[in-house]
Amino acid sequence: MQSQATYNYKVVRQFAVMTVIWGIVGMLVGVIIAAQLVWPELNVVEFLSYGRLRPLHTNAVIFAFGGCALFATSYYAVQRTSHAPLFAPGLAAFTFWGWQLVIVLAAVSLPLGITSGKEYAELEWPVDILITLVWVSYAVVFFGTIVKRTVSHIYVANWFFGGFILTVAVLHLVNSAEIPVTLTKSYSAYAGVQDAMIQWWYGHNAVGFFLTAGFLGMMYYFVPKQAGRPVYSYRLSVVHFWALIFTYMWAGPHHLHYTALPDWTQSVGMIFSLILLAPSWGGMINGIMTLSGAWHKLRDDPILKFMITSLSFYGMSTFEGPMMSIKTVNALSHYTDWTVGHVHSGALGWVAMISIGCIYYLLPRLFGKPEMASKKLVEAHFWIATIGIVLYIASMWIAGVMQGLMWRATNPDGTLTYSFVESVKATYPFWTIRLLGGVLFLTGMLIMAYNMFMTIAGGKAVNAPVLQPAAAH
Amino acid sequence: MSDFVSGFWNIYVVGLVLISIIGCAVFLWSQSSAKHVAGQTTGHVWDEDLQEYSNPLPSWWRWMFYITIFFALFYLAMYPGLGTYEGQYKWSSVGQYKGEMQKAEEQYAPIFKKFQSQDIRAVAANSEAKEMGQRLFLTYCAQCHGSDAKGAKGFPNLTDSDWLFGGQPEQIKESILKGRDAMMPAKGVKPDLNGDQIKDLANYVRSMSGLASDSIRAQRGKELFGAACAACHGPEGKGMVGVAPNLSDKVWLYGSSEEVIIETITKGRTNRMPAFGEFLGDAKAHLLAAYVYGLGGGEKAPVAAPAAAPAEAAPAAATAGEPAAAEKK
Repeated sequence: MQSQATYNYKVVRQFAVMTVIWGIVGMLVGVIIAAQLVWPELNVVEFLSYGRLRPLHTNAVIFAFGGCALFATSYYAVQRTSHAPLFAPGLAAFTFWGWQLVIVLAAVSLPLGITSGKEYAELEWPVDILITLVWVSYAVVFFGTIVKRTVSHIYVANWFFGGFILTVAVLHLVNSAEIPVTLTKSYSAYAGVQDAMIQWWYGHNAVGFFLTAGFLGMMYYFVPKQAGRPVYSYRLSVVHFWALIFTYMWAGPHHLHYTALPDWTQSVGMIFSLILLAPSWGGMINGIMTLSGAWHKLRDDPILKFMITSLSFYGMSTFEGPMMSIKTVNALSHYTDWTVGHVHSGALGWVAMISIGCIYYLLPRLFGKPEMASKKLVEAHFWIATIGIVLYIASMWIAGVMQGLMWRATNPDGTLTYSFVESVKATYPFWTIRLLGGVLFLTGMLIMAYNMFMTIAGGKAVNAPVLQPAAAH
Repeated sequence: MSDFVSGFWNIYVVGLVLISIIGCAVFLWSQSSAKHVAGQTTGHVWDEDLQEYSNPLPSWWRWMFYITIFFALFYLAMYPGLGTYEGQYKWSSVGQYKGEMQKAEEQYAPIFKKFQSQDIRAVAANSEAKEMGQRLFLTYCAQCHGSDAKGAKGFPNLTDSDWLFGGQPEQIKESILKGRDAMMPAKGVKPDLNGDQIKDLANYVRSMSGLASDSIRAQRGKELFGAACAACHGPEGKGMVGVAPNLSDKVWLYGSSEEVIIETITKGRTNRMPAFGEFLGDAKAHLLAAYVYGLGGGEKAPVAAPAAAPAEAAPAAATAGEPAAAEKK
């Protein structure tokens, strides 16, 4: 049986190529709204105004770029570590086309101003239903493949992918509970502070599961593969997996410090956010220490550079996050660009960098080539992207702390030293630097797209044969 | 605390939080045994070469984990977090807010108090009060009226001599304390106006302040004006403080183009200045009124005639002879 059977690479190829395409689209929208903050006159028509494009940017980079990267890598890793082709290939094809339809509907409905008003869950109820159908299909394909596996143990990457798939299903269903009034309008099933609490329980776990657990799954497959080294510690992976998925669930209230949320809820959210530090760092340690004994490979392997840099940014932003959840720190940082900087050190530094590394790993293997068309361009992409991130987050840190301090400064008579618009004016130079950082990151993605098309042009789609499990079992 | 509808939820929250935190510690402790041999793999292999070392948990990482757990328990002992238990420090966000407000009151109230008993005209002439008033204005008023107080479409200019609700110091203070509501009904008091008649009216309104207009339409509009508009704006369109704006001057809240005037007549206008009395208190409103009064209001600046000419000092557009003043700005 194993001699003829091949892994299902078709759906992996589709998602991998669309990861790059949607990455460019989502980041381009990000660059446009960054430019609109510097030059407000760029808000030419309402469809392309900041308020409409901002949710399009977040949805495109998280769910289109990040989502396609997760589908591609999880479908690839689960087949190969289960030593079995994907379960229900027809359903897998549906997840691809269904997910693309969700993205296109988002790209149309959000500029039209059709929104449920819930951050990172703006899409209206018909799209919510389509997302549910795609997600259930994803779960069937993924867990069906696990059931079909021909090895007894489930590899660690699959726990993270599995945890991410199950939790995102629960988050989406609970937070999107809404009462439709027309085809394009619905109202949340929750009211007042409970709606806010559900929203941020969802919002923070979207970060914790969609943007962390899923990408840790990616890390656990592709980092040891690219480094050619065993994972540093099996025990650490067990402990930090369970601690991470358990603790993340509690952390949402730190988005609602000093609001109408009861004090006890805020405190519980804060302490679990602090406890979250160690479980988060478990993933970083396991990834980085996997390289111990192979550090020299970093010198001439740009893919490994992407991966290790992403883990460094992961460690940095998961230290920054718990610190920002402390109430007194939050009193300064909340509502400022510091938050924007924090999010992007995670989103660009961790999520995008690990995805880019993994897609560079995948593309030659999916198109029957020994490596990418140009290794030099991968190297160039790495440096351009890294400089872009540093410019982005450094400018947002400075801007955020400055805004926080300006907003709280008072005169001897108790009046505010600065009006709000003065803090806006003072932020312009930093928004300009941030725009430059974003342009650099987008440039890197364009280089990647060129490299990808050159690789595809020189290769042809291949499906690798299903491997026998190692005899050591 | 009123967060819970029954005592059950308190027990539920306390139990769940404590079990979860202590559970983390027990789980960590249970996984810390020394059976794992550094450098050996678990023996499992996936996808040709994926393996895992059975290295133990790094001890610095374990201790970092324990420290955050101990901190969490300490924090819950000191601060509210365990249901209705209020914590040893008796801290609450409402308490902190009240404390900070009280401290601010003690520290800053005397600074404002010394002006509160003075006449607004006198306060307007005081340079220290002017600086404080400007800071208040930039924080609370500039969003609508602009940093230079010159307003915008729908938001009145506070530096000219046209006062919709009166420019006397007391009237300005009342506008700040209690807010103002203004409403012009669609088509005035003549709901059967048709589109052509509205255009005639718009031309007449423009002609009243000397703007270019179609004289035939203006003539027809003049006849309609008495029935549709004069009840509020007066037979000569000079308006009335607190009732309707003067249409014969050069001051336009929404715009003077024929198109905008047609829109105003067709749809009516609703506008509101929010009340700030409860939020700012009398002392700050007093200072703000003086600042706004001191902005000038056309040629009758308070520096020229502080308390001497009470009736004329506040330039109210409705009083006779005002259009000339308005034209100058």
